Order: sequence, then structure tokens, then C-alpha cells
Amino acid sequence: MKIVALTGPETAKVSLGGIVKEISIALIDDPKPGDYVVLHVGYALAKIDEAEAERTLALLAAEGSDALAEFSAAGEATEAPP
Amino acid sequence: MKHLDEYRDAETARRLAASIHREADTDRRYRLMEFCGGHTHAIFRYGIEDLLPANIEMVHGPGCPVCVLPTGRLDMAIRLAKRDGVILASYGDMLRVPGSKGQSLMKAKADGADIRMVYSTLDALKLAEANPDREVIFFAIGFETTTPPTALAIEAAAKAKLGNFSVFCNHVLTPSAIAAILEAPAVRDLGAVEIDGFLGPAHVSVVIGSQPYEFFAEEYRKPVAISGFEPIDILQSILMLVRQLNEGRAEVENQYIRAVTRDGNLRAKQAVSRIFELRRDFEWRGLGHIPYSALRLKDAYAAFDAERRFDEPYIASEGNKACACPAILRGAKKPTDCRLFGSVCTPETPLGSCMVSSEGACAAYYSYGRMRERTQ
Repeated sequence: MKIVALTGPETAKVSLGGIVKEISIALIDDPKPGDYVVLHVGYALAKIDEAEAERTLALLAAEGSDALAEFSAAGEATEAPP
Repeated sequence: MKHLDEYRDAETARRLAASIHREADTDRRYRLMEFCGGHTHAIFRYGIEDLLPANIEMVHGPGCPVCVLPTGRLDMAIRLAKRDGVILASYGDMLRVPGSKGQSLMKAKADGADIRMVYSTLDALKLAEANPDREVIFFAIGFETTTPPTALAIEAAAKAKLGNFSVFCNHVLTPSAIAAILEAPAVRDLGAVEIDGFLGPAHVSVVIGSQPYEFFAEEYRKPVAISGFEPIDILQSILMLVRQLNEGRAEVENQYIRAVTRDGNLRAKQAVSRIFELRRDFEWRGLGHIPYSALRLKDAYAAFDAERRFDEPYIASEGNKACACPAILRGAKKPTDCRLFGSVCTPETPLGSCMVSSEGACAAYYSYGRMRERTQ
């Protein structure tokens, strides 16, 4: 969910793939357009931390290539995963 | 969509699954409980179990708010809704939950009770503003994620002197339920299940932070990995738990670090502590009575507490005796172990709460998993 506009002191419009909805931002600090938020029952519960998201993706990018190559080489690719 | 597509990527899933297969020790079992119903749903929806080796077993926990509400509390909501002049505002997934004697909010609505489905507590407040001559009762359920929105609604109602708004509070606490699964004698008597590690909830942890789980890791030597809701999040968290168990570690690791901090959301926690206090006792479906496991409104907000305002008593009720929901909620039984599952109990005609909510284990099995065992 991305904040597209602030509509009041405690409300904002968010977009999820084009679906726009008004939500409460009363529970988060310093919301700004462009922030991604975790949404639950109409309330933003947190902002997504972009730096931590990048760190997670970096970890994921490095994970399991060798293991997958091993399984493929062992001819197990056609069996139950991987 | 940013922060979503990355965590649904098939190639990343194959690499994570390969690491899990390579590192899982074939000489041992890994029984991992996903506490949260949102995870249960995602595990079935994305077929996560089919990516895991046979010795990693996902045990489905009680973190489905609709499922753990005991029949007696639902009966109270139905009685409140049937009172003259009352509008009961409820989250949609409560409407079809079976109460005693075949009752449900849906049936009460068909019989003439004024029951409105709301998406948010803000909608319930708007109903009270628009209907000053009616009593609007918000049927508040859920874990730590839905509690702060309820708290803010009560504060807003107090500020606006909205005298016709009240809350039927059923908010419950995640750490209490985890403790009950790990140790409560009541649960032991009911038959518990051995669990090696926990997948910690996503949104609940956004609010309460990772700190409350440290006690379980230290005291019970159970590793915890707090996990996001997407399939890549879940696979990465399972890999974290496999590694902890292989290395004999029992720590709280935070896979969902893009949204969860150690302290959680202070604003939300403060809102909750301004309005609510601990209940001495609360009954959970499947887990029995757990002390200090739920919240009630503080005395200062008694006027907004529907239980006190309407003097509505709690009458315990057993629900359908053949329904295995209680054991399923503890992870002691699987949905397919229940003889009602898929025959007389389906999402269209649920006999137990676990079949109602999309977060319930029975509904997830029925929607995505019921053909799985036939194909194996």
C-alpha cells in the first residue's frame, strides 16, 4: 500500500495496484506521500522501512543458488521440489 | 507492485526451497507452528508445504481471531444485536460463525436484528453519528492488530461525546496464547502437541514488536522467526528456524524486519494502554480459560463498554460436540481428522469457527488443500 495523498490530519489515500482507498494514518509517525505502509482494518500500522527491505532482498538474492544447482545436477529437478 | 512482487517470486522460492532441503537434517523432525491464521492461509494458498521436505511439518496455531472466540461470547453478541434500538456493527467474518442452537449473526439479521458489516472502526463511528436515536455497538474482536483501531474509536467517541456508541470488547493477547500452548496445564490435559519452533506473526509483531517473544525463546528454548505474510517471507523464516534448530540455538529472529522493530508501534501500544486493562480471565475456544489473556475497557471508559452498559452476562456454551475446532486450534488435530470436515461442514455451511474465517485452518484446507492428500 502506497500513500498517494494526505487527506486530513489523520487520514490518507492509499493505492494498491490502482485500487485507491481512504485509510487512517493516526497510528504512524510522519506519514508522507510515497511511503509504503502495512494496512490492517483500515489503519496503517507501520511504514515499510526501505533500507531494511533492501537488506532483506540482498540476503534473498544470495540464498540457495548453489543448493539449487546441486539438486538440478543430481537430476532431482523432476521430483518433488526443488 | 513494490514490496509485494519481490516476495512472490518463483525463482527465489526455488532457491529457498533448495536450501531448506539441503540443510534439513533427515535424522530429525521439525515441527514448526505458524501461530497466525494469516500465515496458515498463505501456506495453503501458495502450496508451501509441497516445497518442504517430509520431515518439516507445519503445525497450525490458534492465531485466527474468529476461530478462538468461544461460542458463549458470540451468543452475547447475538443477544446484544436483538435488543430494541440496537445496531450491531461487526467485521464481516463474524457473521456466519455458528453460535449455540444453530444461531448466528446472519440468522439474527434475517430475523430482523439490525446488524451491519463494517470494514473499520471508523465506519462504526460514522454509523453512531448518523443514527443518534439508536444504540450502536461495535463487536470488537481480534489480536493486537485490531485493538489499537478500537482504542482510537473509543477515544474519538469520548471526545465527540457520542453517547450512543459502545464496544463489545473481545480483544485477546498473542503472548498469552503462546504461553498457554507451551505450558498451561489445562492445555496439557486437553492434549497438546510437541513444537520445535514458532513462526511469529507478521502484523501482530508490527504492533507489539519482537521483544515479547524473547521470553519464549529463553524460557522454553524454542526458536522464533517473525515472518512476513508473503510466500518468500514464509520460506525464508522456515529456513531461519531450520538453521537455529540445527545449531541448537533458540533466539528471536526477525525476517519481517522491513516492518517489525524490537519495540513495535509505540503510538499503537500507548493508545491501547490508555483505554484498556487486562481481564482477569478469558475463555478461548480450544485453549480453555487463560488468565490475563484478554482486554477490557478501563473504568474511566465504562460508559463505552457494552457489557457493562447493557449488563449482558456471559453464559458458557460448548458449541457442536462433534466439531474438532478445539483440538485443531491447539495443533493437536488436523482438519482432515474431523469427521465433519468437508462433508457436513464446509465454508458454505460451517459448523465450526475454523471453517468460517479464511484464516481458519479448516477453511484453508478446504479451499486449497483438500485434494492434496489424494494426489500424493
